[in-house]
Amino acid sequence: MEVRVQNVRKEFDRFPALHDVSLDIRSGELIALLGPSGSGKTTLLRLIAGLEMPTQGKIFFGDTDASEKTVQERNIGFVFQHYALFRHMTILENISFGLKVRPRSSRPPAGEIRRRALELLDLVQLSGLEKRYPSQLSGGQRQRVALARALAIEPAVLLLDEPFGALDAQVRRELRKWLREIHDRTGHTTVFVTHDQEEALELSDRLCVMSQGKIEQVGTPDTVYDHPTSPFVFGFIGESSTLPVTVENGELWVGGRAIGIPAGDASPGEARLFFRPHDVDLIEADASLAGVVSTARRVGGTRRVELEIGGAGHLVEVDLPFDHPAGEKTRLAFRPRRWKLFPAG
Amino acid sequence: MSTAVSTARKGGRFRRPSVIPGFGLTLGFTLTYFSLIILIPLLALAIRSAGLGPESFWQAATDARVLGSLRVSFATALIAAGVNVIFGTVIAWVLVRYRFPGRRIFDAIIDLPFALPTAVAGIALTAIYAPNGAVGALFAPLGWRIAYTPAGIVIAMIFIGLPFVVRTIQPILEEVSHEVEEASATLGASRLQTITRVILPSLTPAILTGFALAFARGVGEYGSIIFIAGNIPFVSEIAPLLIYIRLQEFNYVGATVIATVMLLLSFALLFVINLIQAWSRRRYGYGN
Repeated sequence: MEVRVQNVRKEFDRFPALHDVSLDIRSGELIALLGPSGSGKTTLLRLIAGLEMPTQGKIFFGDTDASEKTVQERNIGFVFQHYALFRHMTILENISFGLKVRPRSSRPPAGEIRRRALELLDLVQLSGLEKRYPSQLSGGQRQRVALARALAIEPAVLLLDEPFGALDAQVRRELRKWLREIHDRTGHTTVFVTHDQEEALELSDRLCVMSQGKIEQVGTPDTVYDHPTSPFVFGFIGESSTLPVTVENGELWVGGRAIGIPAGDASPGEARLFFRPHDVDLIEADASLAGVVSTARRVGGTRRVELEIGGAGHLVEVDLPFDHPAGEKTRLAFRPRRWKLFPAG
Repeated sequence: MSTAVSTARKGGRFRRPSVIPGFGLTLGFTLTYFSLIILIPLLALAIRSAGLGPESFWQAATDARVLGSLRVSFATALIAAGVNVIFGTVIAWVLVRYRFPGRRIFDAIIDLPFALPTAVAGIALTAIYAPNGAVGALFAPLGWRIAYTPAGIVIAMIFIGLPFVVRTIQPILEEVSHEVEEASATLGASRLQTITRVILPSLTPAILTGFALAFARGVGEYGSIIFIAGNIPFVSEIAPLLIYIRLQEFNYVGATVIATVMLLLSFALLFVINLIQAWSRRRYGYGN
C-alpha cells in the first residue's frame, strides 16, 4: 500500500517535533527513516501508525485519508525497539493475539488462527518454540516474535521503530539480512527507523534522511551517498572531511593557494568543501591541498591520517594505503577525486 | 587447601555459591530473629492451647459464640479485601497513568490509614456512618444501617486495607510498559480488550498479594472496628474482640483457643493465596 505524508506538522506542548514534512512512500518498498536522535524520525513513524495525531497535515493510505482513523482502524504492523511482547502469553498466543481480538464477524476460526500463527513462526524460523514464554527467549528471538505478531494481521504497512537497536552487533547483522529476505518474500510496504547509517544503507530501497524535524534528502542509498544535497547529509552519511575555502576566478583557494579544483558554477566568496577521506589522490603538484600529518592510525585495511592544512590549523582526515610510510610531521599533498561545495555557514 | 575442601563439603547442598558474602551470618540472623519475634510467641500459643486436651479444645472452639465471631471476622475481611482489590486497582491506575493537579497530595493521602491510630479511624468512621452522621443520614431513610452492623465492619476494614492494595499494585503497573499497550492497540485490540487481556493479566500476581495483605490486615484489625461494629454477639462481634472479652473474664484458655483457631484459619487461607500467586507468577511469565 502506498503511503503519502502531506505537509504534516507535529507539536508536543508547543514544541515542534516535525515542521511541514511531506513524504511519498511507494507500495512494496523498504524505506529507512534515518537521522540523529531528536530529528523527528520516530515521531514521523508514530504519526503514520496513528500512535500520535498530527497537529496539521494529512496522511493517506492509498487514496483513503488515514489521519482521522484510530490506530486500530489503520491496520498497521508495528515493531517496537524493546519488543513489547505480552509476557503472560506464550509465543503462539502472542502471534495470534491480533487475530483473536478481531470482532466475531471478521475473526478466522480458531483452527485457522492457530495454523496461520504456526506458519508465521516458521517464517521467522522459530518453529518448536510456540509454547515458550517471551522471557525464555533471547533478544533476537523476541524481536522475531514481535515481527511475526505484527505480520499476523496482514498489515497494510509494516512499521519498525529501531528494531535492532537493543541487540548486539552480531545478531543485528544477521537480523538485518533476514529482514530483507522476509521483506522480499512478503512484499509489505515497510518503513523502519534507525540512527545507524550502515543499517539504512544496507537494508533499504530508499533512505529518508532527517534532521531537526525536517526531511533533508530522500533517495536511493547510492544517490544519497554519492550526491548529498546538504552539508548535513554529507556529514551524516559515510565518512567526510570538510574545509573552508574561498571561491575566486573560477577556482578554489585555501590560505591564498589555488588547490587545483575548479569552482564550477559556485559564486565567488566563502564556501565549504566536502570530500570523502577515501576518495583522494596523493599528488606531487603545486596546486593541491598540502598539510602536515598530526596523527595517524590504522583503520582496517587503510591508514587514516589527520592533516593540518595551511596556517589556520584546519584538520581534515585522509585515508592512505596501510603501508604508506607517512608518520607524524610528514608533509603530504593530495587532491580529492570527488568533492562537493556548499555555501559557507 | 584441605580446609577449603572441608568447608566446601561442610556447606553441603544448602550452600549456594555466591559472590555476596555472609550467607551463614545472614541466614543465622534471620532464623534467630524469626524465632524470637514470630515463632516463639506463636509456639507458646499453640502449646498453651494444646495443654487443654483435644476434647475441651474442640468444645471451646466450636462454642456457638466463638463460631459466630469467627464467621463475622473472616466473611467481612474477605468482602473488604475483595472490594479493596477492585477499587485499589482503579486508584493505582489513576495515580500511575494520569497527571492531574493534586496527584502527589492524593498519592500521599493513600498512606494515611497506615499512620492514623486505628481508634481515631474507628471513631471518625462511626461518626460519619452512624444513622445521624453525614453519610449514614443519606442511607437511613432507605432503611440501611451501616454503623453498628457487619456493613460497618466491612467499611472499617476497607479503610485500613486500601493502602496495602494500592501500594502493591502501583509499582507493578508502573512497570507494565506503555509500549505493550500501544502494541496491543496496533494489533487492533480495543481499549477494553487491552485492559482485560493485556494489563490485568500482567497485574494478577500483584493483585493477589494486595488481596492477601488487605485480608490479613482486616482479620487482625481490632481498634477501628470495635467502635463501628456495635459488637452484637452472633451478628457483629469480631473474633479479636471476643478474645479480649475472654481475657477480661480471666478465661485465658478460651482466649488462646480462639487465637489458635484464627491463626490456623488465617495461615491456611494465606498459604492457599500464596500458592495461587506462585502459580500465577509462573503462568504470567515472571521469575523465569
